[in-house]
Amino acid sequence: MRKTALLIAAAALFGSVVSTQATEGHIVIQRQPWSFAGPFGTFDRAQLQRGYRIYKDVCSACHAMKLVSFRNLAQPGGPGFSEAQAKTVAADYKITDGPNDKGEMFERPGRVSDHFPSPDPNEQAARARFNGAYPPDLSVIAKARGVEAGLPRGLIDIITQYQEGGPDYLYALLTGYGKPPAGETIGDTQHWNRAFPGHRISMPPPLSDGQVEYTDGTPATVDQYARDVAAFLMWAAEPHLEARKRIGFQVMIFLIIFAGLAYYTKKKVWADLH
Amino acid sequence: MATSKTVTTEHTRRDFLYIATASVGAVGAAAAAWPLISQLNPDASVLALSSTEVDLSPIAEGQIITVKWQGKPVFISHRTKKEIESAQSVKLSELPDPQADSDRVKKGKDEWLVVIGICTHLGCVPLGHEGEYNGWFCPCHGSVYDTSGRIRKGPAPLNLAVPPYEFTSDKAIKIG
Amino acid sequence: MSHSDFQPKNPALQWIERRLPIFSMAHGSFVSYPVPRNLNYWWTFGGILAFMLVVQIVTGIVLVMHYTPTTAEAFDSVEKIMRDVNFGWLLRYIHANGASMFFLAVYIHIFRGLYYGSYKEPREVLWILGVIIFVLMMATAFMGYVLPWGQMSFWAATVITNLFSAIPGVGKAITQLLWGGYSVDQPTLQRFFALHYLLPFMIAGVVGLHIWALHHVGQGNPAGIDVKSDRDTIPFTPYATVKDNFALICFMILFAWFVFYIPNYLGHPDNYIPANPLQTPPHIVPEWYFLPFYAILRAIPNKLMGVLALFAAILVLAFLPWLDTSKVRSARFRPLYKQFFWVLVVVCIGLGYLGAKPAEGAYVIIARILTAYYFLHFLVILPVLGYFETPKPLPKSISEPVLGKNGAAAGIGARAPEKN
Repeated sequence: MRKTALLIAAAALFGSVVSTQATEGHIVIQRQPWSFAGPFGTFDRAQLQRGYRIYKDVCSACHAMKLVSFRNLAQPGGPGFSEAQAKTVAADYKITDGPNDKGEMFERPGRVSDHFPSPDPNEQAARARFNGAYPPDLSVIAKARGVEAGLPRGLIDIITQYQEGGPDYLYALLTGYGKPPAGETIGDTQHWNRAFPGHRISMPPPLSDGQVEYTDGTPATVDQYARDVAAFLMWAAEPHLEARKRIGFQVMIFLIIFAGLAYYTKKKVWADLH
Repeated sequence: MATSKTVTTEHTRRDFLYIATASVGAVGAAAAAWPLISQLNPDASVLALSSTEVDLSPIAEGQIITVKWQGKPVFISHRTKKEIESAQSVKLSELPDPQADSDRVKKGKDEWLVVIGICTHLGCVPLGHEGEYNGWFCPCHGSVYDTSGRIRKGPAPLNLAVPPYEFTSDKAIKIG
Repeated sequence: MSHSDFQPKNPALQWIERRLPIFSMAHGSFVSYPVPRNLNYWWTFGGILAFMLVVQIVTGIVLVMHYTPTTAEAFDSVEKIMRDVNFGWLLRYIHANGASMFFLAVYIHIFRGLYYGSYKEPREVLWILGVIIFVLMMATAFMGYVLPWGQMSFWAATVITNLFSAIPGVGKAITQLLWGGYSVDQPTLQRFFALHYLLPFMIAGVVGLHIWALHHVGQGNPAGIDVKSDRDTIPFTPYATVKDNFALICFMILFAWFVFYIPNYLGHPDNYIPANPLQTPPHIVPEWYFLPFYAILRAIPNKLMGVLALFAAILVLAFLPWLDTSKVRSARFRPLYKQFFWVLVVVCIGLGYLGAKPAEGAYVIIARILTAYYFLHFLVILPVLGYFETPKPLPKSISEPVLGKNGAAAGIGARAPEKN
């Protein structure tokens, strides 16, 4: 009884401390519904393909994705390109290879085993292009960003399996551009964004309505683009997500059955002691 | 004290439980061990490089090029008419490892010889356009191969291996 | 060492046994070995820890088959494991979450010891070996976290190695010795890799001593009273074996929950950003199992004193057998101590929470209070409590509450552990 009272008092104390901090300039990222959330979540193939279009047509001008290979586009659990389609995608890119027998580097069409080439040869070149700012590589960006959950939400997230903080943040960022609040100024090399820490981001708003044509009738809006590319980037960061959850389910069932058997075995063995 | 009948039934039921638990445990252990073994197998990036495509058009007649396939050297020889003829006219009984030239090239494409450039003796890389038969000569222990890559003289027991390959177009092949 | 008269029936095994008595030793240690019959589930965590050590070593070795310990390639090699290596994602997530599960189990194991007086005579050496294992675990985990070479890897390494510069005089030289350079860089990564591979085997060795020390004096038990006769004990196999097995499977369910469904929950997103020596993350946070100690470190305003407080917080555990003056082992019979125990639990959780918060404002004040209380508990409360506390009456024997005063049921006895 005393122990419980003590624990509740402690929680209340910390809760009050948390809430005083929460209101000062604290960015709140809304949680979005994602098809890949939860224990039985899967990627929406069509969404991944649309998201790939957004990456290719918009983001790849500045952002690399060097950990992803063209062959990943055709592997199970992904956007569902065929081998031939992946090969065509690869062939559209120019890959620097070499040295050849003359000792020179040369360009050749991409093969399915290649990785997505970077728009800039190195970080310094990228910074030179963008006033010192570096567009981060997007390969694992969906896991490199997150949402601070605080208490008790953070503990509930263990039960609900919330792992979509990255895509939630990316969606909030891509749809978060706007005018700075009254009284605040912003230079012309930066842009005000609701979701970005500090609110001043070097990336100009990359998306606008109707920018990329969707052939399957999906609305061509910034909101949709943001969802699609965030989902695609989640796949890029966790290409084995579907296999992980599927095997996870099998493992959990196995362990629960095994635990039951082990429990009854224990009970049976110990029964003759009393 | 329980009757013997109940004791026997209890034994069977208890044993069944123990056997069931142990079997499930064994299955679990095997399932857990599998990824540990599987990770030793070539990973996806290595498998992606398991085949190599080669454009044959830049290879002039009489020229031999070396490409890398699965980490090994592969000789691609654009044979001259003379080289093809000397390969085809050999009596099979003279060969230490008898094999017709036609079995070592693709039908209708006998000007192209594709062989793995590893000497079948102890694994050195033989030198092209060398040796008595103008095929290959291995400098390590003196094995001599002909224009079909077949062993003629020296300690090597077998002909140079022909890798799996096919023509993807008139002037291109895919090895592996 | 627990001997047994066991002789294998198989002649081949008998041949080995005569030359190296490994079968009788295994039998004496894990089959016929007597354990108190009143052990509860808090006693299953030793077995769980041994299992976790094996899991970490096995997954670690297979990961090393694919990892490259250079600053240029480390991050990418881990991603290659995640993407290309067959089941690489599974092995990596097991290893990363396994470290957390290892520490969860060790904290439960330690708090079990605190509650039931497992550190008291004659188990002082057993306890100190445990503290040594704990320190080795912390070193191993710290170095392991550096290997993926993410932002947190790099900056946690920088912060913690910089602690040594607080030592007066030789501090800077020692820090450069640890770094192998003027900052955390390639030499640091490579030596951390070598040591991270080495230390778990040292842990295994100390675990061997830990189990030896345990088997020499026998398990403690929830009543905290000595084993008095064969009626108080039962053979390890099948009783403890099946119980440990069940507890382990339940533990694996929790483990699997993290590995398969929330594999990045306990980590920090910043560690998916490749290390950048020119840019510090806004909040440098260690892994959760270090947070209480991190809070203590930051609570002390003086750099050197903070470092000393950090190490003192761990080392104070080694002196526990002498700090706690009570003659009664188990908190079951120590009504006052029991309450202070739970306060300590809350304090440690509180320190852990504060370790993740920025060192500002109210957080700092509360962290200082809790740090002071932590040391107060061990250095003042425990020594004093032994003199003032009136313990509840202890039962006459372990078997008495279970079997009744007459010892009615014919319990399965086993030889009492040898006492020299």
